[in-house]
Amino acid sequence: MDWFFNFPDMSRSDLREFKKTVDFAFTDFSRTYGQAIEEFFEPLLMFLVWFEKLFINTPWPIIIFSILLLAWIGSRSILIVVGTFLSFMLIGYFGMWEDTMSTLAIILVATFLCIAIGIPLGIAMARSNKVQAAIVPVLDVMQTIPSFVYLIPVVMLLGIGKVPGLIAVCIYAIPPIVRLTNLGIRLVDKDVLEAADSFGANYWQKLLGVQMPLALPTIFAGVNQTIMMALAMVVIASMIGVKGLGLPVLRAISNQYLALGLMNGLAIVILAIIFDRVTQKFGLRMQKYRNEGKD
Amino acid sequence: MNSKNILIKVNQLYKIFGDGDKNALDLVKNGIGKDELLEKSNCVLGLNNINLNIDKGKIQVVMGLSGSGKSTLIRHLNRLIEPTSGEILFNDTNILNLTSKELIQFRQNNMSMVFQKFALFPHKTILQNVGYGLAIQNISKDEWSEKAQKWIKRVGLDGYETYYPGQLSGGMQQRVGLARALATDAEILLMDEAFSALDPLIRSEMQNILLDLQSELHKTIIFITHDLDEALKIGDRIAILRDGSMVQDSDPQEIIMNPADEYVSDFIKDINRARVIQAKSIMTPTNTKSSGATVKEDMVLEDILQIMSDAPSKPVTIENSKGKVTGKIEMVNLIEGMKRPKSLGTNITG
Repeated sequence: MDWFFNFPDMSRSDLREFKKTVDFAFTDFSRTYGQAIEEFFEPLLMFLVWFEKLFINTPWPIIIFSILLLAWIGSRSILIVVGTFLSFMLIGYFGMWEDTMSTLAIILVATFLCIAIGIPLGIAMARSNKVQAAIVPVLDVMQTIPSFVYLIPVVMLLGIGKVPGLIAVCIYAIPPIVRLTNLGIRLVDKDVLEAADSFGANYWQKLLGVQMPLALPTIFAGVNQTIMMALAMVVIASMIGVKGLGLPVLRAISNQYLALGLMNGLAIVILAIIFDRVTQKFGLRMQKYRNEGKD
Repeated sequence: MNSKNILIKVNQLYKIFGDGDKNALDLVKNGIGKDELLEKSNCVLGLNNINLNIDKGKIQVVMGLSGSGKSTLIRHLNRLIEPTSGEILFNDTNILNLTSKELIQFRQNNMSMVFQKFALFPHKTILQNVGYGLAIQNISKDEWSEKAQKWIKRVGLDGYETYYPGQLSGGMQQRVGLARALATDAEILLMDEAFSALDPLIRSEMQNILLDLQSELHKTIIFITHDLDEALKIGDRIAILRDGSMVQDSDPQEIIMNPADEYVSDFIKDINRARVIQAKSIMTPTNTKSSGATVKEDMVLEDILQIMSDAPSKPVTIENSKGKVTGKIEMVNLIEGMKRPKSLGTNITG
């Protein structure tokens, strides 16, 4: 009756052997291809460094002015612009300007990457149920797997630095944009699509002229979520060598510096709120035509 | 009927929705009914052996209750739905054999469609909506906006070019739908319950706009409706569908005078016969002039009654559009004509 009380698991030595095999296989893989993969990401790294330097080296009044201009273009709300101004002044005053710029740079690049990869993926999912069935479980895994788990292979392959950090952020932040692009396109009114068909529109004309514009508000909700999740990853990404607001937070955790942790944590929150309000307002303005109905 | 005038020919068209098409098709061809088919093979019978000839320049109405397959039928004509079997000939080309490229060409040039729920593009202005069919043919913006402008004016919406569909009322939206369909200059116009979603006054107004346009453009129009009054008002020919089968396809007068079966009789039970039956349907053929007034063949009984009431004993002379005497009508004929035929039952309803 031993098997009844003790789970019939594999023997310790077998298990050790199994883990060893997997680890060695991956080590071998990273030894063989690590160099090539690193070279592949080299341009990305160059760009990241250049972009971060651009943010840090530009005089702060120009940066603030540009941010306020973008906030105004996005939201058309004085309240949000004034709030943004005060927030950035406060962040700068408390000496977090440079870290904030680093974080801003990596968030923007990560968001851009997620959009560039996520939207085409979402379109492919919307086009075919099979593709959708294949991608949905992958997205589920990406969203639920603890971030530390996929940090291991990423670090093994690429070491510590900006690029692995960026990849970790993207893995975590890309699912919403993929899901919501797919959803937005699938939710486009069938009647309207039928009308486009009946006039002889081809696939691309339907996609670019009808489906994407009508799905845009939903897609934009995805962009908003992606930015929020990228910001949430800032602290974890700092563990593998991404500079920015996450690093002081990490230091604060290990040394129990309450004030340092709070300040930098709040700076992340402020960035999140500004991004969220501006993109949400922008999303709303994009669907203005929907709200102007007479009856 | 002269076969030269036939523009679209539908031959033995079957549509079965669901899996296992081939097997189900055999069952249907062997005469199985819609309900039985659903039970036996879990397939829904959409269209059952439809044969229909549509004349060039005429308005062909397709009528039936919801679920009778009329919207399915109209979507076969531009292949928004693929048939299970059969053929659809347009000028002797089988539409079903077109490659997807040819089909897109065909839809751009030969057929356009007006939808029950308008199906306008909510994110495009009225001008862009009306010009859509042209814009996707890579015509220059100047050219398509000029044509679109013309049609917007023609349906009485000038000044609304920069509005969005959501800002217009239902009747106005459907005018946009009509203008959008007309703008491509396609010779065939498919109208899927185009006016059903409008309230009665607007609907009647739209019917008049359509008839007015038709007297000028002479399009071939396939018009789907469930409203007999509408069918009688605009149809040159009426086909009636039931459970995916064609029950009757004839001249509107013929439908009223000789309904093919009970289903059709039910349809025409409640109409005002005096207002739709024309002189030619009840006259006694003759070529000698009678003692009363002279009226045209297509005058409805209600109007003849008005004329005869001045001199009830004198029969009226009926002449055709060329002024030739073709028959006469006496008061007795008039009463007989307005009376419901025995087949429709004698109980007075409504």
